[in-house]
Order: sequence, then structure tokens, then C-alpha cells
Amino acid sequence: MSATTKLLNPALRAAANLRSSALPKDVSKTAAAYLSAAPSGGAHTLPDLPYDYNALEPVISAETMTLHHTKHHNTYVTNLNVALEKLDAAVSAGDVSGIIGLEGALKFNGGGHLNHSLFWENLASKGSSEIKDGALKAAITESFGGFEDMKKEMSATTIAVQGSGWGWLGYNPKTGRLEIATRANQDPLQATTGLVPLLGIDVWEHAYYVDYRNVRPDYVNAVWDVVNWDVVEQRLAAAK
Amino acid sequence: AERAASPRRDILNKVAGAAAVVAAPGVAGAYEVPDLLYPFEGLEPYIDAPTMKIHHDKHHATYVTNVNKATEGKDEVPILDLMADALEAGPGIRNSGGGHYNHAFFWDEMAPHDKASKTKPSAQLDELINKSFGSMDEMKEKFEARAAPGALFGSGWVWICVNQKGDKLELVGTPNQDNPLMKGVLDEVMFPILGLDVWEHAYYLKYQNRRPEYVSNWWNVVDWDKVSENCKYAVDNHAGVPVRG
Repeated sequence: MSATTKLLNPALRAAANLRSSALPKDVSKTAAAYLSAAPSGGAHTLPDLPYDYNALEPVISAETMTLHHTKHHNTYVTNLNVALEKLDAAVSAGDVSGIIGLEGALKFNGGGHLNHSLFWENLASKGSSEIKDGALKAAITESFGGFEDMKKEMSATTIAVQGSGWGWLGYNPKTGRLEIATRANQDPLQATTGLVPLLGIDVWEHAYYVDYRNVRPDYVNAVWDVVNWDVVEQRLAAAK
Repeated sequence: AERAASPRRDILNKVAGAAAVVAAPGVAGAYEVPDLLYPFEGLEPYIDAPTMKIHHDKHHATYVTNVNKATEGKDEVPILDLMADALEAGPGIRNSGGGHYNHAFFWDEMAPHDKASKTKPSAQLDELINKSFGSMDEMKEKFEARAAPGALFGSGWVWICVNQKGDKLELVGTPNQDNPLMKGVLDEVMFPILGLDVWEHAYYLKYQNRRPEYVSNWWNVVDWDKVSENCKYAVDNHAGVPVRG
């Protein structure tokens, strides 16, 4: 992990809902903190994983983590930078049509970068994290009846995503309650629903095909064993 | 409309009738997974055997199981007939019925390379390709661009279709298991003659994230005789091509 500090891009930080003032030291050192931009608003970079590529075995293999991080996520970062450069040019030229034309690329690649950055953060090696009594557990009980109820509902909903997408546990700032939501493709949760992302599960086939082939239910049921509940708890605290 | 006579189709119908078509256990019903016309390794090295086996025996079989569940108790009709009103019929028919049609269509438009390489577009298809895209090379270039990860984002299919009038070809992409036969998916219903699955499951084991490489390799296993047959059928009938299963 690089020892150099990086600036947190305010827009991305807001999107990931990690107020720097609310960031505990541990979280600030981990991958989410590297949602960074150079001071002039330049290139985004691929954040390091907060663990080794094999850390999530046997639930998610090192092979998957390597492909997922160095190929898929990296491509979103690269293409986001390309789209942002084009956006700069279009804005400078006052080219409204050009600006609007970039909508798809910004959503795909910006969403892809946001979603995966959040994803790496909310995973941890098997057995290293468990949900504790506290605000998160209380909110889950209040919103779903119980922890197992929430898991069951989120699993079913996430498995049922058609094609590529994500399952999310989110915080609704208007109601103060937790909700389960799914998003197609790389549509980012907060920008498109207003829900603050607490826990995401990637169900694009690339997230599980190497390890589970077509059996998405096995992957989703297993992924609960590698959730980083401390991060989920911290995200909820930061969101309130 | 009467289907045009074709020795190939007669053989296919006989094979389909005789073969044990259900490749994987599932809910019995009107629909079945049709056997491939070539072995799983037949499309190597362009599409690998493990992918063909899982794609056919697992993914396609699941769509068949689910469309059988969705149509339980209803009159049995060819899967083609469920496509036009699939959006109205609901997610079961749309996703699983679409999935069944699309995959049945896909398997039969491909052939092992030594066979496929000897096929070429009919005069009719050739003329339509030139008219609609300029040339075969230009059509392939546009197809590959349409199939690129940034152009067809997420899961879906890319198609060459005959238009309603039957006088032009169109290049279109559809998301998930939608297809151009379904009312409401595109501006107008059109009739696929060639399609490519770009869901990650179609290429991940061999190509991982390298979808463009999968797409450019795929031309090596396209059976242009079958595509030409599809074209003639669509032009003559202003209708979608029937599929086995």
C-alpha cells in the first residue's frame, strides 16, 4: 500500500458517502480513500485492494480477484479518464450536444469505478469480520425484522437481477431506514436512487464465472462469508 | 405463411424429431433444448468446448426450464410465436422465452470452421449486405463496433435483421434476452438473420474481458448458408425464422 497520501476527490467521496471528517483512520488508509484525483481534477487511478488477491478464498478465488481488479475495474478507470477528457473539451468548447453525448460513457465507466471501489472495501477475508450489536444491526432489525431476514431478501433480490448488475443494501436519508435495491449494469446507486450505498454485491457474470460458472445463487449465498461488516457499519454512521 | 422448401430443413426436422433433445433435466413442458448440430468442441478454437457445453447444457437449459414454468397450463405454441408479445406477457416469457429463442437461433447459425469457411452469402444476401452496409467488410466492421463493450454495455445480443418491408438489413443491439421480434424493444419489429450473444457467459472462460477478440474470432464459425436461408425466409415471409426446440 502506497505511503503517500492522496487527495480525496470531494465529488467521489460524496458519492461513496465517506466524509473525511467521519473517516476513521483504518478506513482512510484502505482502498476507498484512493478514490482520488490529481489536484487539477485529472486522472483517476485504480485503488489498491485492501488485501491480497487470495484473501477472499475460497469464496472468491485469486484468479477472479486479479481479473476483476486489474482488468475489469482498471478498464473502467481508464475509460472514465478518457470520457472526462472529452467532457473537458466539450465543456470548454461549449458543445452541449457533445456533453450530452458523453452521458453513457460517464455513467458506465464512472459507475463502474465507483461501484468496484465500494465493492473491494466491503469485502474482507472469511472469518475476519462479523456483524456486531450496534447501530447497523439495529437498523437492519428495524427495516427487515432481523439480520437473517435481510440476508434472505437481499440474496433473492440480487440473484434475480436480469443480466448484468448489482445488489445493494442502502440507507434512505429521507426515511432513515435501510432498503434493498438492485441496479442494472453499472448504474450507481446514490446518483440514480438517492440511497447511500452500504453494501454492494456485484452480479455481473465476470464477478463469479471463474469460480461458480452459471450458478449465481451459490456465489451470492457464499459472499456473505466475506463481507466486511466494520466498513458497512462505518458507512451507515457516515451517512446519518 | 408456408415455409420455403429446403432439403436442409427437412433433415433438421427429422433429426430434431428423432433426437433426445433434452440435454439437462428440468421441468418438462412444451419446450426443449435442441441438440447442437456439431459436437461441443466443434467450434474450437474460436469458441471453446467448455463454454459450448455450459452455455448449452446449463444456461440454455435454464431458460427452457423457466419458460416451461412460465407457460405451464397454456396452449403449446412454437417459441417463435411467443416473441411478438413477449414484453406484454411478462418477465418469465420475456427473459426465459427470449433466452430460449435466442440460443436456439444462435446454435444453428454456426458450424465448425472447416464447414463454415466453405459457406458464403447467397446472391440475395450479398446484395442486401452491399446495399445496407456497403460491403461485407464494412458490415463486419460495423457489427464489431456495435458489439464492443462500450457500445453494448452489460448483457445483450447484436443482430443483423431484415426490416419489415424486406428490402434492407439493419444492425441492432438488444439488452439481456430481448430480441428484435419483440414488440416495443426497437422502433419497429424486425427479423433476425444473424445474431451474436455478448453476455459474458458466452466468452468468459476463453476470452475473459476480451470481448472484441471473441467477436472478431466468431466470424470463423458463421454458417453463411444458414444465414442466407434465414434471409430468404425473412424476406419471403416478413416473419421471424422458426427455431428447433
